[in-house]
Amino acid sequence: MRLKHLLLGTALAVAAAMPASAQEGIYIPLLTYRTGAFAVSGAPIGSGMADYLNMLNERDGGIGGAKLIVEECETGYDTKKGVECYEQVKSKNPVVINPYSTGITLQIIPKAGVDKIPILSMAYGLSASADGNNFPWIFNPPATYWDGASMFVKYIGEKEGGLDKLKGKKVGLVYLDAPFGKEPIPLLESLAKDYGFELKLYPVTASEAQNQSSLWLNVRRDRPDWIYMQGFGAMNPTAVKEAIKINYPMDHFVGVWWAGGDDDARPAGPGAKGYLALSFNQTGTNFPVIQDILKYVVDKGKSQLPKDKVGETFYNRGVLNSIIIAEAIRNAQKITGKKVINGEDLRRGLETLTITAARLKELGAEGFAAPMAVSCQDHNGHNAAFMAQWDGTKWVKASDWIAPLKDKVNPLIDSASKEYVGANAGWPKRTEPCDKSS
Amino acid sequence: MLYREAGQYKTSYAADEAVFALREDRIGLIVVLFVAFVVVPLTSHDFMLQAVLIPFLVFSLAAIGLNILTGYTGLISLGTGAFMGVGAYACYKLTTLFPSVNIIVWVIASGFFSAAVGVLFGLPSLRIKGFYLAVATLAAQFFLSWCFIRVPWLYNNNISGAIEVPTRTLFGVPVTGATATSLTRYFVVLTIVVAMTWFASNLVHGRIGRMWMAVRDMDLAAELIGIRLLPTKLLAFAISSFYCGVAGALMVFLWYGGAESAVFDVNQSFFILFMVIVGGLGSLTGSFFGAALIFILPIALRVVAPALGLPLHPSTVEQLQYVIVGALIIFFLIVEPNGLARLWQIGKQKLRVWPFPY
Repeated sequence: MRLKHLLLGTALAVAAAMPASAQEGIYIPLLTYRTGAFAVSGAPIGSGMADYLNMLNERDGGIGGAKLIVEECETGYDTKKGVECYEQVKSKNPVVINPYSTGITLQIIPKAGVDKIPILSMAYGLSASADGNNFPWIFNPPATYWDGASMFVKYIGEKEGGLDKLKGKKVGLVYLDAPFGKEPIPLLESLAKDYGFELKLYPVTASEAQNQSSLWLNVRRDRPDWIYMQGFGAMNPTAVKEAIKINYPMDHFVGVWWAGGDDDARPAGPGAKGYLALSFNQTGTNFPVIQDILKYVVDKGKSQLPKDKVGETFYNRGVLNSIIIAEAIRNAQKITGKKVINGEDLRRGLETLTITAARLKELGAEGFAAPMAVSCQDHNGHNAAFMAQWDGTKWVKASDWIAPLKDKVNPLIDSASKEYVGANAGWPKRTEPCDKSS
Repeated sequence: MLYREAGQYKTSYAADEAVFALREDRIGLIVVLFVAFVVVPLTSHDFMLQAVLIPFLVFSLAAIGLNILTGYTGLISLGTGAFMGVGAYACYKLTTLFPSVNIIVWVIASGFFSAAVGVLFGLPSLRIKGFYLAVATLAAQFFLSWCFIRVPWLYNNNISGAIEVPTRTLFGVPVTGATATSLTRYFVVLTIVVAMTWFASNLVHGRIGRMWMAVRDMDLAAELIGIRLLPTKLLAFAISSFYCGVAGALMVFLWYGGAESAVFDVNQSFFILFMVIVGGLGSLTGSFFGAALIFILPIALRVVAPALGLPLHPSTVEQLQYVIVGALIIFFLIVEPNGLARLWQIGKQKLRVWPFPY
């Protein structure tokens, strides 16, 4: 029967595909989305992640003498394929999973502890998972969306001449009407109460991402003093264009870090000059680490991305993602004394991860990112970010590093994490011991 | 040669009217079931079960649901994804409100919620037909998607806005949640899908199925011979949505393990509709063929390319896979516009007279 043959054929094909991974080394799967509706951000992020790890292989022969086996699995930002990718890489003993989609992250969070594979969702995913006591296997450094929103408020407070000057101001939130987009609302609401500003909400439904004119008519009517945008994908350039159309002052329009890609601002043309976005990584190629990537990977034609895209915000963010992985691997090797580590070892490595300014300099990434520290209890670190500003052709650093309002964010993390555990009866208690920070 | 009815004499009306009239067909069915229940669990590993077979069964069930409505009753629906969502959210609400009740009971019960919603949106079907009905069901899709985002009660006010599946057990063995093994999940899904397919087969071959088909072929004529249109159409909506709802609950609880509202968007509806069209309208076997072609084929292509040692980047494979699957769909539809099920039937017919066709 045809159905049977199909199944059989697939089974054979899958069986044949499996042994290919039986190679000595540290297996790092990268879930990337170079296809689909969000490929504009997915391609540079994926290449940044892969290129840094490949550069380590070329330059240093891996990490601590262990070769890195880097393999990409294409998700197309689709949850279905993400789960398929997860099952596909699971059997090959991966040390870490980078889901790169909120939906995929949410799905595999409960599996991480069972399959003993840590998840690194760099500044996305579930904010509550910053609580290491309840989520020993999930890591989301360097900052959560709540940290981001609090940095925005801190920044505008500074510009207005003090947080108390925010009283009576109008702050707009343009957000994707999905769990990801709605995340900053509770924090901004509580800050609005504390500082006396008025919060205006402007939801953008996913299907209307490229048709926002009616929403921006409302913005023009309300004339908010500042706008924060929690957006992703095609929604961002559309919003920037609409903001220009209604003559909104661009330097009062701030995007979250996923709204700060080069392709978010560039399509809007010269009018986008001044548009701000939070970022936790520098742009450009003026870092020894990026130069090494150019020398060992890109110039040899081993990158998937054209050379002129190297150094863009999202590319460098991918590099930062891999720096965190590589440093955690190094850390895990130090703790366990093993050369080839596994997922459980890497979890310990991530949990005691500290990347100091001096270490960043050693890596050839001085000032590339803020120093960050992760601990047993705090899997995020709530590290600083800065405002990047679009100068018409590229992003430039436009502010100092801004630390988040931790005292406002932490209670939210605690209650959200308690709520998650409460809703999932039988959520496992943490049994993993804490290592001393190295 | 092997597949021939010569010598099989029917001695009763029941034998003559049987769904599987040929002995070979009955043997084939037993073999398929044997493979599904015994061979596959013995030979498959996690990836095969969790990423290929469980989703395949879930999509097959949803395709059967849509086939009842579109294939058998002739009512086009673009709300399948939303009806699946109703099932998933209902199951989530039920199991969080009454955690001690067995999860299988709730998976089946969630179908009734979906059926109720389906009937509600099926009401216009008496007045409007064809493309206009498709638009009406599209409204259901958008309205329900909106609810899944904007009604926090549905996801218990979770900050993440997603539904997360708690661990639930059956006879002491976890069947949902992260600790459930793929094998347990597979058996649960397989049992439900087989049972519901058997039920659907009895429905469409009986009085109700004939009523549906009469309405599909010409509703005016059906009305003249005494079929009441409104109850018939609404019944089709109810049962179709029931199947979709159960499929949605299975999808979230036994496959995904948690879901955002985006899972049940309009693309999901189209995905299922394509399965039904490619597989064959008005055929239960076709629903399985359609799910296999649309869902399993891309996975097979993705796995085969690296297995053959082709030095292709995963994203290139992904693009190629769209091209190949697209081309195959066009090819199959040109060869047989009535879908894979018809192709299968023709094949069987040819086999019956082989090697001396007349």
